[in-house]
Amino acid sequence: MSEREANSSISLIVNGEQRSVATAPMKRLLDVLREDLHLTGTKEGCGEGECGSCSVRMNGELVNSCLVPVLQAEGATIETVEGLGNAEALHPIQKAFLECGGAQCGICTPGMLMATAQLLVVNPHPTIGEIREGLAGNLCRCTGFKRIIDSVIAAVGEMNAEMDSGMGGAHAG
Amino acid sequence: MRGNAEAHELIAPGSLGGVLELLAGAPGEWTPIAGGTEIMVAHAAGRLREKKLVSLWGLGELRFIESTVDSIAIGAGTTFRDLRAHAAVQADAPLLAKAATWIGSIANQSRATIGGNLVNGSPAADSSPALLVYDAEVELISVRGKRRIPYSGFHTGYKRNAMTPDELLYAVHVPLRFARHKQYLRKVGTRRAMAISKVALAGTALLNSGAVSEIRLAAASLAPFPARLCKTEAALVGRRVDSSTIREAQEALIDEAKPIDDIRSTAAYRTRVAANLLGEFLNELMPAEAHR
Repeated sequence: MSEREANSSISLIVNGEQRSVATAPMKRLLDVLREDLHLTGTKEGCGEGECGSCSVRMNGELVNSCLVPVLQAEGATIETVEGLGNAEALHPIQKAFLECGGAQCGICTPGMLMATAQLLVVNPHPTIGEIREGLAGNLCRCTGFKRIIDSVIAAVGEMNAEMDSGMGGAHAG
Repeated sequence: MRGNAEAHELIAPGSLGGVLELLAGAPGEWTPIAGGTEIMVAHAAGRLREKKLVSLWGLGELRFIESTVDSIAIGAGTTFRDLRAHAAVQADAPLLAKAATWIGSIANQSRATIGGNLVNGSPAADSSPALLVYDAEVELISVRGKRRIPYSGFHTGYKRNAMTPDELLYAVHVPLRFARHKQYLRKVGTRRAMAISKVALAGTALLNSGAVSEIRLAAASLAPFPARLCKTEAALVGRRVDSSTIREAQEALIDEAKPIDDIRSTAAYRTRVAANLLGEFLNELMPAEAHR
């Protein structure tokens, strides 16, 4: 079987954009994001689903992109850290991690941000225990986790304040 | 990443019927892959031997939870995130809902399926002890039809099971006759999250005027596959639960357990901890006056 024949055309929506790649169907979503789509924000840590560095959202669920053969992402909606925000327009979660010192070397950070984004979609008012559980699959070898938890708490406050002021407007009068 | 994606074929027939036809046409040639949380780890490490894989991910026909008055049917493609969030599973099969929260992380639970957990056949499988003490049945499917067998007879050896090469696991059926039973499940691992169990113990028991009228005990990581502890159960049936009964049951467990030494733990530690877990469960069953 030649390489050309082995390749499949895979369509997926990445950060809101329709993308198509010709690739081996067993190629990891992680490698397609980084090598084919040049979205290098998603990092590889352990490569075996233990560390969460490669976390992305797929059809609204958090997944380890190192464990997803790209064929299984056919037609899926993928959100990576690049879709969360950028230097000009940071997402409140990114802002909170910056302000609270939730990032040091940075390798785990994109995964931490995506796991936090997933947690806050499912549960906008998490307890400390729920934050710890939501991020339990994301390992950091620099911070000792306290500043990461602090960052998530700050993000929760910021995002709920935004939502309250928005709702306050809608309910005004 | 040492694996080579081009060395493996992966196809997605898109329907359960299509997968079954493929398996029937070339028995043993195709390996099903569901959420990939085992197979992709082997792939990345370059030790995935299977060259031809067929994807089950996204098959709605395998992803369902149907609850009736006397049982819950769980499709093999149900993820642990589906399971832990399902109201009927939480209410009527609480040990299974609890086990689902232990599987790896949120990112693993959103991909790992109950079918994958059972077919993979790890001795440490998290969902197995709960299913064993609930007397679950598994339903297998092929182009020849469906058949149901007790889950306790599914595993036949280390990483071996009762399925023929053209069969898939279709569903798990959990009977709901344990509402009045005392129920117990505890896993001991290196840390609370993301740790494969060193040992896990589950139990369901019914007492009749202080004596054990019915008890089921099952363990992970005490044998080459998750299994009931039948000799330990036999040491308890008909007995009043007091400290000497507990001691004898623990001795039966120590005798019955056949754990191994491996990277996660030692046989001696596993046996000791399993006996302690049994003691914890049986203490919960003991009538208040027996504690004095």
